[in-house]
Amino acid sequence: MGKIELKQVTKRFGDAEVIPPLDLTIHDGEFTVFVGPSGCGKSTLLRLIAGLEDITSGHIEIDGKDATTLVPAKRGLAMVFQSYALYPHMSVRKNIAFPLKMAKMDAAEIDRRVEGAASVLNLTAYLDRRPGQLSGGQRQRVAIGRAIVREPSAFLFDEPLSNLDAALRVGMRMEISELHKKLDTTMIYVTHDQVEAMTMADKIVVLQAGVIEQVGSPLELYRAPRNTFVAGFIGSPKMNLLTGPEADKHNAHTIGIRPEHIDVVQSDGVWQGTVGVAEHLGSDTFFHIHNTGLAETMTVRAIGDVSLRHGDTIHLSPRMDEFHRFDKAGLRIA
Amino acid sequence: MATKASRSAARMMMAPAVILLLGWMLIPLVLTLFFSFKKFLPLRGDRWENGLEWVGFENYVRFVSSSAFWPSVITTLIIVGGVLVITVCLGILLAMLLDQPMWGQGIVRILVIAPFFVMPTVSALVWKNMFMDANNGLFSHLWRLFGAEPVSWLSEASLPSIILIVSWQWLPFATLILLTAIQSLDSEQLEAAEMDGASPLARFGHIVLPHLSRAVTIVILIQTIFLLSVFAEIFVTTGGAFGSRTLTYLIFQRVLESQNVGLGSAGGVYAIILANIVAIFLMRIVGKNLDT
Repeated sequence: MGKIELKQVTKRFGDAEVIPPLDLTIHDGEFTVFVGPSGCGKSTLLRLIAGLEDITSGHIEIDGKDATTLVPAKRGLAMVFQSYALYPHMSVRKNIAFPLKMAKMDAAEIDRRVEGAASVLNLTAYLDRRPGQLSGGQRQRVAIGRAIVREPSAFLFDEPLSNLDAALRVGMRMEISELHKKLDTTMIYVTHDQVEAMTMADKIVVLQAGVIEQVGSPLELYRAPRNTFVAGFIGSPKMNLLTGPEADKHNAHTIGIRPEHIDVVQSDGVWQGTVGVAEHLGSDTFFHIHNTGLAETMTVRAIGDVSLRHGDTIHLSPRMDEFHRFDKAGLRIA
Repeated sequence: MATKASRSAARMMMAPAVILLLGWMLIPLVLTLFFSFKKFLPLRGDRWENGLEWVGFENYVRFVSSSAFWPSVITTLIIVGGVLVITVCLGILLAMLLDQPMWGQGIVRILVIAPFFVMPTVSALVWKNMFMDANNGLFSHLWRLFGAEPVSWLSEASLPSIILIVSWQWLPFATLILLTAIQSLDSEQLEAAEMDGASPLARFGHIVLPHLSRAVTIVILIQTIFLLSVFAEIFVTTGGAFGSRTLTYLIFQRVLESQNVGLGSAGGVYAIILANIVAIFLMRIVGKNLDT
């Protein structure tokens, strides 16, 4: 069981209100990702759930029981930190066993659980090494191992992959997703990387300045962003947001169109412009386009290698049914 | 230091400092060794110019067979050990206190360091006259306030008193080193331990203390070097009386009070040996902390 409910939770640091009143329900077994730009309060929110920070007002319920004033250890949650926070003077085995030792579990049971966690995470060969002798990915796995031996009702991840290189990040992303499928436990995952959010989450919570902008599945957020912030934040490269006469044509204050929903045509496009930077990835080509008369730059994705170079004129044809329309306050018009 | 040329240039430039330091160390050492094998009593008319009589190991035998020798070695070890225990324990506690955010942190930290700037002679005089004086010391007033008989500290409890004075001087050093070590502790480690269900005491024992072990090692090694040669505090307070005569002080008495340079030099060589034994001993116990 691992249902977590936040009711009217607020957090202030002195005069600064970091989290205005916030309601959120995380269901049992859900992989929830908090995503937002840095400083949006997502890590603070995670620390409030963990109990590492006191909430200013409101209630936190875990499995239907009020946990607002419980100390972190009593909440039944395990956390994986950004810096891994392994204990450098202990071997991997002792690191993983530490929470069990603190719970005064008997030695045989501790051994059994540590061996179990180590085999799940492919750490068996490293059990007698110190964290300093491990690579980044292995340290990450030790930190996860330390979390899973406690058999917590929910896992909290605080930007766990940000210290890894790109290749390892992709690998660990898969491993964490696999782990979630295997354990079927609630996981809350904080990241600023929307790709991580999109690939791993059952449910994404987009935050900005402590306020929840939208909650939904990755594709819901992609297909129907509730406002211009979510529209610009979810999706890579970013959605093109246009204002002015072009938006007026669609009876909106702002219109948005994703780079993948604009086609590059030979001539007679709806729009045209000059190619700025062209990023040739082989499978795709991203064009940054100037002088369209619509916005300073626009981004367009073409499939495959399109042989347009810097300074060339490009003709564009947006797919009319893929426009997102927003009103003056930035909210989506249905 | 990659190329051959830069390596030899580095050696050339370091040479003056190395030679100076070597001479600084070697000349007194050789002189001490030289005198320790000579009969040299300036008041009895022994003069360098007239040539000194070679006496072999007689000075060494006499120094050890003196009834004052073993008590002085034990006194030295008690003072060094006592001061180390007090400064390390209180140093850890003070460092943890000073690490807490509080109002006026900067000033408090400077005040804590202040005793280190007071010369040993001055601090010993202040302690002797202001605190420990049997008639007018602050301690005796305090004792009388509670109706107790004032203690004449330096004669009745000379060793604890000297340990107290020396600890007061060295506590800032220990606190400072340990404070910087505590500040380098990753707060996420403590939070992780908190999530793992470790009580404050367990967090101290399993996380903070192991993190500090290297700093504690350094404090112990450096302090031992200086504490083995504590002198001013004893000279000013008890003058070596009441069982407070350390090996250093015994050597001083042999050379300057008995005017026996040869005997004192032999004692000096014993002091070097003692210091090395203590150093090896300490390195064995705590030195492994420096490896990892």
